[in-house]
Amino acid sequence: MSQLEIKDLHVSIDEKAIVNGLTLTVRSGEVHAIMGPNGTGKSTLAKAVAGHPSYTITSGDVLLDGKSILAMQPDERARAGLFLAFQYPSEIPGVSIANFLRAAVQARMGEGEELDATAYYKRLYSKMDMLKMDRKFTSRAINDGFSGGEKKRCEILQMAMLEPKFALMDETDSGLDIDALRIVADGVNALRSTNLGVVMITHYQRLLGYIVPDFVHVMWNGRIVKSGDKSLALELEAKGYDWVKKELAHA
Amino acid sequence: MPDITATDPATATADNPVQGIDQTAGNFSYKIDYEFDAGTGLSEQTIRYISAVKKEAPWILDFRLNALKQFQAKPLPTHWATKDLENIHFDKIRYYLAQGQKPKRTWDEVPDDIKKTFERLGIPEQERKFLAGVEAQFDSEAAYSNVKELVAKQGVIFLNSTEALREHPDLFRKWFGKVIPTGDNKFSALNSAVFSGGSFIYVPKGVKVTHPLQAYFRINAESFGQFERTLIIADEGAELTYMEGCTAPKFSTSTLHSAVVELVALKGAKIQYITVQNWANNVFNLVTKRGVAHEEAEIKWIDCNIGSRLTMKYPGVVLKGRKARGEVISIALANDGQHQDTGAKMIHAADETTSNIVAKSISVGQGRSTYRGVVHIPKHLKGCKNNTECDALLINTNSRTDTYPAITVRGNANPTQHEASVSKVSEEQIFYMQQRGLTEGQAMSLSVNGFVNDLASQFPMEYSVELKRLIDLEMEGSVG
Ligand SMILES: Nc1ncnc2c1ncn2[C@@H]1O[C@H](COP(=O)(O)OP(=O)(O)OP(=O)(O)O)[C@@H](O)[C@H]1O
Ligand SMILES: [Mg+2]
Repeated sequence: MSQLEIKDLHVSIDEKAIVNGLTLTVRSGEVHAIMGPNGTGKSTLAKAVAGHPSYTITSGDVLLDGKSILAMQPDERARAGLFLAFQYPSEIPGVSIANFLRAAVQARMGEGEELDATAYYKRLYSKMDMLKMDRKFTSRAINDGFSGGEKKRCEILQMAMLEPKFALMDETDSGLDIDALRIVADGVNALRSTNLGVVMITHYQRLLGYIVPDFVHVMWNGRIVKSGDKSLALELEAKGYDWVKKELAHA
Repeated sequence: MPDITATDPATATADNPVQGIDQTAGNFSYKIDYEFDAGTGLSEQTIRYISAVKKEAPWILDFRLNALKQFQAKPLPTHWATKDLENIHFDKIRYYLAQGQKPKRTWDEVPDDIKKTFERLGIPEQERKFLAGVEAQFDSEAAYSNVKELVAKQGVIFLNSTEALREHPDLFRKWFGKVIPTGDNKFSALNSAVFSGGSFIYVPKGVKVTHPLQAYFRINAESFGQFERTLIIADEGAELTYMEGCTAPKFSTSTLHSAVVELVALKGAKIQYITVQNWANNVFNLVTKRGVAHEEAEIKWIDCNIGSRLTMKYPGVVLKGRKARGEVISIALANDGQHQDTGAKMIHAADETTSNIVAKSISVGQGRSTYRGVVHIPKHLKGCKNNTECDALLINTNSRTDTYPAITVRGNANPTQHEASVSKVSEEQIFYMQQRGLTEGQAMSLSVNGFVNDLASQFPMEYSVELKRLIDLEMEGSVG
């Protein structure tokens, strides 16, 4: 059983405060949905936790299994079990998915350990089959010229291959067609049953119909202002964010 | 200067002018006594000394002396090239050394980081010892005599240029200095004055050499300039591939390397010349490479430049006969403190000649890459074609971005196609790859390998593997 704790986190970009005291604890196997208006700091939170160099953590802490990860490089955090499915995945020209993932898998192995190429490809193909991805994608450069939906599927493929402890999924549902959404959701659910903890950033209730969250949090102005169970998402969809804002004003 | 008249000519010329290496850092230092030493600096006396040690024919001495005059008369090309050339202290360089003594160091005394570098580069055991100065000389004869014997059966001559001058003077003289005249540039003149070592290859009519021929040249003494001279002639319909690898360990003072390579491809012949170089950070690498392609002949230069303080190299092809073809594939990587000034020259001199240039450069941190290209197609020629592609990759936003593709085409009666691009490896891309568990160095290395991948895949297997390793090492070293 693992635990990811975000404690009173404050994040700023170029001196501008974006995340203002956010606290959230995720345990293995749990799915936490984060919803909230555009520009409220959801992606900033995810990238800051993953260690993006442009985001400055001004106070607070992030702990993985009780240990602060803030002094760790992004790659160290990744190898410690943190995965970020990007809202806007980068394109890396000339680097094939197969070679990239192979390097990433190799990076998680001990010194002197050699990757078994046959086993690796077998695993890669089975994950691709699960995500209904054509095998010709393995030789394509990562995200280079991919459609929006293909990019998102490629993120999930990487997640499935790297088997993180915790995944921060930033709007993985946007850009996916209806069938793809179901396929990706099945993939995530399969990983969840093996104890993956998920922070799922989304704008839409539809995804939450497939990946049923244990908790739903509403983020506004860089902090969590309301938390509840899956019914909160339905309520939000019906009433909009104004409802939360009004509630806040009364409080 | 030692008295040379008492010297035994059999030992007077090393097969390859290669010696044990000197020191790299801290306490890693030891001395080699050079039995044959022209001293430092360049004068008529130096030339006479070199020529006498090598027991050369009078015409070669005259050739050298004439070259010396031209070298001295020519200014440094700083009106178009970097002023860094002014930092070469010609009077402090040793122009000729031959190995006479065994160094006295054991493998245990070689620093670990050097050993590690050799290991990472996959350099064979025996060669490591030579490179680390444990063995006096890398026995290239032993390593390559098999190949030599094999090709000798087909009538191929594959010799050190010093040997060739002695054994095949007429053949040598017929082609020597014809593709690159002494006065082509200041450094070709310098090489013509003091050249020593390098290969001579003659492939007879119709002979296709299946094994790539290979030679290693490494510079190993402080302030020692290496001036090899290579001449390759492929007779009508002949074919060969030549591979040149240079891996130099680190030195503490500036070193000059100035080679001249001439290729002649007669009617229907094919020559492919492959170079992967990794010079130490203090080496001035100023090389003139050119080939002449006769009717329906083909010359292809594959040139990878990594390391050095300054590399200036523009492999060229003179397309002399109808339907001749020339190609330059070049990869240059400039890290902090390095300047890769590379490019290509295509001189179309007959109808229906075609040329292709693909140049990729990578600049890291303060590294500088410069591309210079000349494509010359006179108006009166018919059916000529050129394609030039020139791509630059910049890594780390503080890269000095004076990578500038410049393409000159004279005459416009023939179709030419130019494409140039400059791209950056962004912080977002590096972060993306790091987020998957790769270190910053690995991430950069992957991007660079991805950038050159389409070219590297055209190389012979062992060279593309070596190139990848060199890039990995270089990128690993470029991050704190
Ligand atoms: N690199 C950056 N430089 C400057 N401002 C930034 C940067 N990244 C984010 N911001 C700003 O921080 C605020 C929060 O952005 P963020 O991307 O975290 O929002 P979000 O909640 O993910 O929004 P959306 O739902 O639209 O994805 C926005 O005002 C945005 O413009
Ligand atoms: Mg966002």
